[in-house]
Amino acid sequence: MKKWLRNWRLVSLVSAMALLLAGCGKPFLSTLQPAGEVADMQYKLMLLSTAIMVIVIAVVTIIFLYVVTRFRRRKGEENKIPKQVEGSHTLEIIWTVIPIILLIILAVPTVLYTFKLADVKPMNKKERDVVVVNVRANLYWWEFEYPDYGIITSQDLVVPTDERVYFNLKASDVKHSFWIPAVGGKMDTNTDNTNQFFLTFDDKRAEEAGRLFYGKCAELCGPSHALMDFKVKALPRAEFDQWVEKMKNAKPVASTDPVVKQGEEIFNKSCIGCHAVTPVDGRTEQARLAPNLGNFADRERIAGILEHNEENLKAWLEDPEKIKPGNKMTGTYPALSDEELEALTKYLMTLSVE
Amino acid sequence: MSTLARKKGVGAVIWDYLTTVDHKKIAILYLIAGGVFFLLGGLEAMIIRIQLAVPNNDFISAGFYNEVLTMHGTTMIFLAAMPLVFAMMNAVVPIQIGARDVAFPFLNSLGFWLFFFGGVFLNLSWFLGGAPDAGWTSYASLSLASPTHGIDFYVLGLQISGLGTLIGGINFLVTIINMRAPGMTYMRMPMFTWATFVTSALILFAFPPLTVGLIFMMMDRLFGGNFFDPALGGNTIIWEHLFWIFGHPEVYILVLPAFGIFSEIFATFSRKRLFGYSSMVFATVLIGFLGFMVWAHHMFTVGMGPIANAIFAVATMAIAVPTGIKIFNWLFTMWGGSIRFTTPMMYAVAFIPSFVIGGVTGVMNATAAADYQYHDSYFVVAHFHYVIVGGVVFALLAGAHYWWPKMFGKMLDEKLGKVTFWLFFIGFHLTFFIQHFLGLMGMPRRVFTFLPGQGFETGNMISTVGAFFMAAGTVVLLANVVITTVKGKRVGNDPWEDGRTLEWAVSSPAPEYNFAQTPLVRGLDAYWIEKMEGKKGLTPAEPLGDIHMPNPSILPFVISLGLFVSAFGFLFHQDHAWGTPVGVFGLIITLGAMFFRSIIDDHGFHIHKEEVMEAEKKGAGA
Repeated sequence: MKKWLRNWRLVSLVSAMALLLAGCGKPFLSTLQPAGEVADMQYKLMLLSTAIMVIVIAVVTIIFLYVVTRFRRRKGEENKIPKQVEGSHTLEIIWTVIPIILLIILAVPTVLYTFKLADVKPMNKKERDVVVVNVRANLYWWEFEYPDYGIITSQDLVVPTDERVYFNLKASDVKHSFWIPAVGGKMDTNTDNTNQFFLTFDDKRAEEAGRLFYGKCAELCGPSHALMDFKVKALPRAEFDQWVEKMKNAKPVASTDPVVKQGEEIFNKSCIGCHAVTPVDGRTEQARLAPNLGNFADRERIAGILEHNEENLKAWLEDPEKIKPGNKMTGTYPALSDEELEALTKYLMTLSVE
Repeated sequence: MSTLARKKGVGAVIWDYLTTVDHKKIAILYLIAGGVFFLLGGLEAMIIRIQLAVPNNDFISAGFYNEVLTMHGTTMIFLAAMPLVFAMMNAVVPIQIGARDVAFPFLNSLGFWLFFFGGVFLNLSWFLGGAPDAGWTSYASLSLASPTHGIDFYVLGLQISGLGTLIGGINFLVTIINMRAPGMTYMRMPMFTWATFVTSALILFAFPPLTVGLIFMMMDRLFGGNFFDPALGGNTIIWEHLFWIFGHPEVYILVLPAFGIFSEIFATFSRKRLFGYSSMVFATVLIGFLGFMVWAHHMFTVGMGPIANAIFAVATMAIAVPTGIKIFNWLFTMWGGSIRFTTPMMYAVAFIPSFVIGGVTGVMNATAAADYQYHDSYFVVAHFHYVIVGGVVFALLAGAHYWWPKMFGKMLDEKLGKVTFWLFFIGFHLTFFIQHFLGLMGMPRRVFTFLPGQGFETGNMISTVGAFFMAAGTVVLLANVVITTVKGKRVGNDPWEDGRTLEWAVSSPAPEYNFAQTPLVRGLDAYWIEKMEGKKGLTPAEPLGDIHMPNPSILPFVISLGLFVSAFGFLFHQDHAWGTPVGVFGLIITLGAMFFRSIIDDHGFHIHKEEVMEAEKKGAGA
């Protein structure tokens, strides 16, 4: 086969498949609608490997269909003894060498991209000028610490677009895995060590996806593994900087509403041992037992999964076990009356930096 | 003392099977036990698919789902696929090499009973506080955090059944090296025997790392060890390595025998010699060897760094080459042949495109950088089900239909066989093809539910519908087995008429001693050569004489039972005072039985020449 012919076939196959696959999934979630440098690289590799594999399948299928139709035993052939062929060196060399060539075509970009995606030097420089987020995975919630800004948030990761964002990843109880499918492949959060990698959020495509990507835990971690979702807000750099400033300067607002006040009292009695209410939390990791609620009211979901409204918040506070089985909050506080639920909900909904 | 032609009651039959050391009866034991576990694993699969049929389903709870998911994987791999593979090996390999039995008949029985008691022990967890819930991979941090005794059942049960597998593997290695009939050189061994040989070598090297891992975990969970506790200098990643150093070769332990079964079937029903026999042997050995070099491709996202990831990526891709060689050799075995589409051949033919899809997605998974996306998503679930169902399960179904007459003397009904095939084939692709896309669309694996609005609804519904087709296929298969057992007609030596290897030269089922006279093997496809020269039987390599047979023994059952009791004791030793004494008592049973085995001088018995001649006459008349 002439080289240009093969290339042409590959290109057309790749584009045909890209068209086909683009229809798959949601732009905020699907690996088939990549929204950044890392996911792009991986998508390219997917297309290349799929193209090669479709060629392989096509060749096998053609021979296969020919063989099973052409050589079936027909009436009157019951006593026919076919020629007993031992093999063919030429054929065997062909189907050894061609796969090797195909694999080399695939192996080169694989190795190249594997090294490219592992380049985390900029985050480990002494004087770094990149955004670094420390991700800590817990049963069943995510903490995002921005060490260079001294702020902490949880469940909703906020990142700037069009630049590489670097991550330190670890788990505090059992192993989890940090995955934002539309933006890039996953990396495990181990209990033994800190892993590092980077992701890039493309501004234009983030806009198209509603500036909100879905994140998932990808490693079985217990009953509520399926519900250990998080969200990623991808903002232009200027807006991101504004958000950081607001987070840094967030101060508890003394409310005059007596209901909110009552809620605050309940919170300070039952919840504050685990949850912080300010994004600037100086305590050690071990002391940070539960999600930071500093900007709770600004978040996208209750408990990472439910629509963010008072009703769902009340349901969560009333019986978290019903919503996320096996979570660590159940049973750590006394039962709440309807009035207390109302007060606590009102108070939590005031925790905003916007 | 011959048991030939003796009428027996139910009790006697049960006692016969409890004490048998005959490879053909052990094959039946493996088939029944593996079959029952296969149904159990299938039931668990159906529960999984029903739960995932619609978003936010509450058919079962989250915690129970994790138990079902763990037991589905563990049961299917360790308690269904492995023993069914051993059933085929036991039923066929000794006869294929012209031997009267395996090298160590006693150990053969011991291997079965260890597997059996290990499997029963593991499944009793359902009734004793909860099944294991950390996935069949049982990653250390999660499994150490698991509050029930489930993981302890997993750790102890798999140690016992793993011991059985290891013993079985060693037995087949020795059998194939030492027991081949005169003239059967290595390069004249049937492909299934070759596959068994390489598989046994894989078992020999792959099961010890698993056992080490299981012992570490047992220490951590039951005896205050800290192998996997980072706070005390342990490391959880070590478990992942140990598990996958076993786990990846395990895939080949299952799939190489599948390749062997299909190689036999393609040759038989194409009426042609296997194309490129020597390169098939070479490819099998190479796959076995490379199978040990690639385990870390299950761990690309663990954070091993780009150098390790790149090396394991390229090594993994290399396996595609020998596998490709095999695919083309099968195609060219059929090329120019005279293909008869029997039920086993239907599975074999369907296996090619199905397995090719599983193979190419395997290569896709090998591309480390892209695997960061595939890993732990439904793409991987789709991939390994294409390999294990499209490869191994198809092969086991094909092999069961193919060798059923040799094992039981009756043919499974071909019409029902084909109904099973079509239901299973359609159901299989319906269930798993769509899962590739679910994974790429962002659905992680091992989730007990999914939320609406993420685009996962349609795919999961299709997948569940497919699962019901497979279940229906299985029901038809069961009906077929019952109908055949009740109404099936007895068949002769070579019921498929195109048999090529030695097992088709003996009666169906084979007599207790397999061959009245050890045959002389004059080439590959020994029986085919004789048939083509117009001969009815094989060329004997020895005069007719008394045949030495091993005595049956209950000791393998007792040894295994002892370990079963012991495991119970130690499992509960932290909760109950009786734990440790019971544990020790079980070990005494086991060691005591082993002691008796050592001191009792067992010379076996002889089947006399006259009895053999009489039996042969009857066999020929059947």
